[in-house]
Amino acid sequence: MSYLGRRVGFYLVTIWAAITINFLIPRLMPGNPVQLLIARLQGQGTLSTRAIHALSVAFGLETHQSLVAQYWHYWVQLFHGNLGLSVTYYPSTVVNVIATALPWTLALVGISTVIAFVIGTGIGILAAWRRGSWLEAALPISTFFTAIPYFWLGLVAVAVFGVVLGWFPLSGGLGQGMAVAFNGTFISSALYHAALPAVTIVVTSMAGWMIGMRNMMVTTLGEDYVLVAQAKGLSERRVMMTYAARNAILPSIASFALSLSFVVSGAILVEIVFSYPGIGYVLFQAVQNEDYPLMEAIFLIITLAVLVANFVADLAYVFLDPRTRQEA
Amino acid sequence: MTGTGRETTRGAARERGSARWEARDGARRVTEGSPGGIVLEIAGLCVDYGDGPDAVHAVVDVDLAVHRGEVIGVAGESGSGKSTLAYAATRLLRPPGIITGGDAWFYPEAGEASSRLNLLDASAETLREIRWAELAIVFQSAMHALNPVLSVEVQLTDTLAAHRPEMSAAARRERAGELLEMVGINPDRLSSFPHELSGGMRQRVMIAMALALEPQVVIMDEPTTALDVVTQREILEQVIELRDRYGFSVIFITHDLSLLLELADTIAIMYAGRLVEVGPAKRLFRSPRHPYTLGLLSSFPPLHGEVRALSGIPGSPPDLRRVPSGCPFHPRCRFSLPRCGEERPQLVAVSADGERRVACLLHDGRQSPPAELGNPDAGSVPVAPMAAWGPDGPDRSLPPLDDTALSRPEEGVTPHA
Amino acid sequence: MTTTVNDLSPRSELVGELEEPSPVARSARRRLSPKIVVGLAILGFFVLMAIVGPYVAPYNPSALGAHPLAGPSSAHPLGTTQTGQDVLSQLLVGARSSMVVGFVAGAIATALSIIVGISAGYLGGFAEEGLSMLSNIFLVIPALPLLIVLTAFLPRANAIVIAVVIAATGWAWGARVLRAQTLALRRQDYVEAARSVGERAWRIILFEILPNEAAIVASSFLFTVLFAILTDASLAFLGLGNITAWSWGSMLYWAENNEALTVGAFWWFVPPGLCIALLGTGLALANFGIDEFINPRLRAAGLSRRGLQIASRSHGLTPVMRRPTGSGGPSGTGSIRLAEDAPGVAAPLSFDEVSGASPKSQWAPAGGSRAPEGGGR
Repeated sequence: MSYLGRRVGFYLVTIWAAITINFLIPRLMPGNPVQLLIARLQGQGTLSTRAIHALSVAFGLETHQSLVAQYWHYWVQLFHGNLGLSVTYYPSTVVNVIATALPWTLALVGISTVIAFVIGTGIGILAAWRRGSWLEAALPISTFFTAIPYFWLGLVAVAVFGVVLGWFPLSGGLGQGMAVAFNGTFISSALYHAALPAVTIVVTSMAGWMIGMRNMMVTTLGEDYVLVAQAKGLSERRVMMTYAARNAILPSIASFALSLSFVVSGAILVEIVFSYPGIGYVLFQAVQNEDYPLMEAIFLIITLAVLVANFVADLAYVFLDPRTRQEA
Repeated sequence: MTGTGRETTRGAARERGSARWEARDGARRVTEGSPGGIVLEIAGLCVDYGDGPDAVHAVVDVDLAVHRGEVIGVAGESGSGKSTLAYAATRLLRPPGIITGGDAWFYPEAGEASSRLNLLDASAETLREIRWAELAIVFQSAMHALNPVLSVEVQLTDTLAAHRPEMSAAARRERAGELLEMVGINPDRLSSFPHELSGGMRQRVMIAMALALEPQVVIMDEPTTALDVVTQREILEQVIELRDRYGFSVIFITHDLSLLLELADTIAIMYAGRLVEVGPAKRLFRSPRHPYTLGLLSSFPPLHGEVRALSGIPGSPPDLRRVPSGCPFHPRCRFSLPRCGEERPQLVAVSADGERRVACLLHDGRQSPPAELGNPDAGSVPVAPMAAWGPDGPDRSLPPLDDTALSRPEEGVTPHA
Repeated sequence: MTTTVNDLSPRSELVGELEEPSPVARSARRRLSPKIVVGLAILGFFVLMAIVGPYVAPYNPSALGAHPLAGPSSAHPLGTTQTGQDVLSQLLVGARSSMVVGFVAGAIATALSIIVGISAGYLGGFAEEGLSMLSNIFLVIPALPLLIVLTAFLPRANAIVIAVVIAATGWAWGARVLRAQTLALRRQDYVEAARSVGERAWRIILFEILPNEAAIVASSFLFTVLFAILTDASLAFLGLGNITAWSWGSMLYWAENNEALTVGAFWWFVPPGLCIALLGTGLALANFGIDEFINPRLRAAGLSRRGLQIASRSHGLTPVMRRPTGSGGPSGTGSIRLAEDAPGVAAPLSFDEVSGASPKSQWAPAGGSRAPEGGGR
């Protein structure tokens, strides 16, 4: 089986595992809080009876069904794209809520992750190439940035650049009363609102890529093929990029999964700090309102997005490393 | 020395260097005779690892000359400094390696001292031009020496692109194909990646790469150690055949003295970062002068001829941070004199023709050397380096395995010639 | 016992001479890297704070005071909250909860990763496939969303429960690294030898394999502690952890909920975040030091920073630093000065990295035949 084939197989198993975890959590936790939620909602009369029935089916309160039958039912619902109704945004469906929020997150987190990866990796290459330089001396300091809680840096950024200096908006993804439309005003307003959250994500996630790349680069510079490239009289630039960096970046791409999981977790919190209308903020709303269907669906969708991103990283890896292309 | 003085000389060296490399053409080799003048001369080279008080002196005051077309073997145990020597002379030694003294003269026109160039003073650009064009290296493990993620073609052509910018991409590709053919690999393999080749093929690719620009000197750092015996033999035969065809010199670094016995014209033995004996291969084998050489020769079974008792060398190589005083070998030497622990022997000529040099107090004339180290030597008969290879014939490949005429170390035991 | 020269391992020469001249490396190993020292010092400081914090706190952190939202003063060095509580006291008391979560989660996760990683690496075959698939799945599923769902379903969680839940999602990275290392160690001769004489598997793992993985285990522990402390703070910030007890995370939660930000009460939300970041820096620094310990190439043993700078100013070009004339010759240990350290001074020693000078006359050989060899041929 080819490398990519194996990876796709792995992702399918992971999706299955995520869905199964999602199915099991409410059913295995002691004292299902959904029961309390339903009791409360019934008293308030905010949800229709049908919606409440759907909730109890989704969260395993229909005890007359066997676990296997519930599991089957769960999958059938999933395949119909039916993830239930949101308590917070009633009567919107969970799918609708996510569909509105997802593009914001994809744009913010996607773009800032790419920027952080490119800058961090670039600095890492230079720090390894110029050992003993100030860049390398700054390396231990950069560990500080890997250890900062994203959301706290977000808070500080809001306080300094939003409250004190007033350069950037304090919250939201768009100016007051603006609607999503693809024109200049919309784009500039969206960029203006995204700037501070994006910088927060870039600053905190960059150092991780940088240290990883620097260490791999230093290790790679010790390889014989780099020495050969130097012995061949190739230009310094070619040795650095084609022989050292090109090889050193492979582990960075291979460990993309782990790093991305961190970045996404951090980005969720950044969205909350900035009340940015993405998935993270919606998740926060769901947590505040004990909106279990929404929470579970967001967990699934984030997992799915991370898997897709990983698959892209795999494609890049296959492109960069011929050893993965051979049939095993 | 003042700063300005250095600046001037530096500029001059660079000019001299680049003019030379641009003006040269490939026709040069055909006209030159076999044993030529010096192409590379290492003089008083000293190398340290580290720059602090803990620095280790890995190579100490080594003098060695490489002649055109010559195969010079450098042998010694691990840590004897033999690889360090070769890498330092080309300034490829990695940190924490630092060259702390000496010169490495490269003679663009073999033997012509007027055009020589000190590699240790050369600028980065000059060195970059000389590297591979004149001094190529074949590494021990082609597996590690080839970049795993670049195709053979890219790795062959980027050398050409760097040194022959006038070549078109198509011409480079064609030349890369020719190079593969030269080492017996189908040019189809250009698009292969290193992991798709066998160990022997990878080493052949390395050799093809080393010869891409027809260098004058090829340094081979244990090029066959990682290979099985049969492949090892094939590769060595190929190296010799190519050497005969193109006339480059080879610095062959190995811990395996028995290989040199079949391959080298001149042998240099290193111990604790110092040269302890240098001489024409055949004569060194027949009549070793240094006790360490003798020990090395009796620590492996001869490939041909009668079986001998193996004795080896007692003890282990010294810790380079605590090199014994006097002769570094004296604690392991069975002939050692009381003064060996105090006086440091210098490498001096011990044969009438000056071709044999040894660093050993036993040969300083104050006593007669022990019988084992005093075998008669064909010193008065001038031996051209290549003659060591046997009959001058069209075929100068390695002798077949059963050929006992050559290179029997035990021949030295019964006086010969 | 006699040694022969023919039984050398193929790459020993290259490794020995080019990468790591063992004597130098050995002496470097004896010294602890400053990164580890500084990292552990920071860590020690916070451990101390967690132990004595509750006893030295000047106020009861929950006691309401008369001066709400007061800035730093002599009575309240870090100011007060919305309800007049003392921020410094909260910080000191909260240290314990944050540290406990971090270390308990780190310990559990490390134990899990040792069990899973080493069994996967040692057992091989089907068990290995299954276990490494399991750790890869946990690695790829984003931890925080999963933790949010998990803790949302948990009845009000205390610190230990949070730690267990974090450990359940944080063990996979260590397991993956340990599996790879175990696989490599299993092929080592001494392990093969122990197996072939019928040593029991648990003994081999405990006495042959685990000691050789100590550095990796330590590194994965520190990494997990960092992950756990950050995650605990995040969960508390979301209102999901134990926000009724004082921890740095719950401080941030209350600060955020009471608009500390918009009223500019920086003394309220800056200290807890800074503590987390500093503690995390300590952990990351120690980890960095351990990485250098594991991977000798990261250390640049034997070179001073200056030497390293010069060595990498021009890659693939060994620096030439000629010793001063007549200072005992090549074997002397006369100090090497770089010409550039004393610009303008006619230095007796020239650093000829790119110079074209040929200081042949300066160079003093210790003696010996300097005649070009073989000139008479």
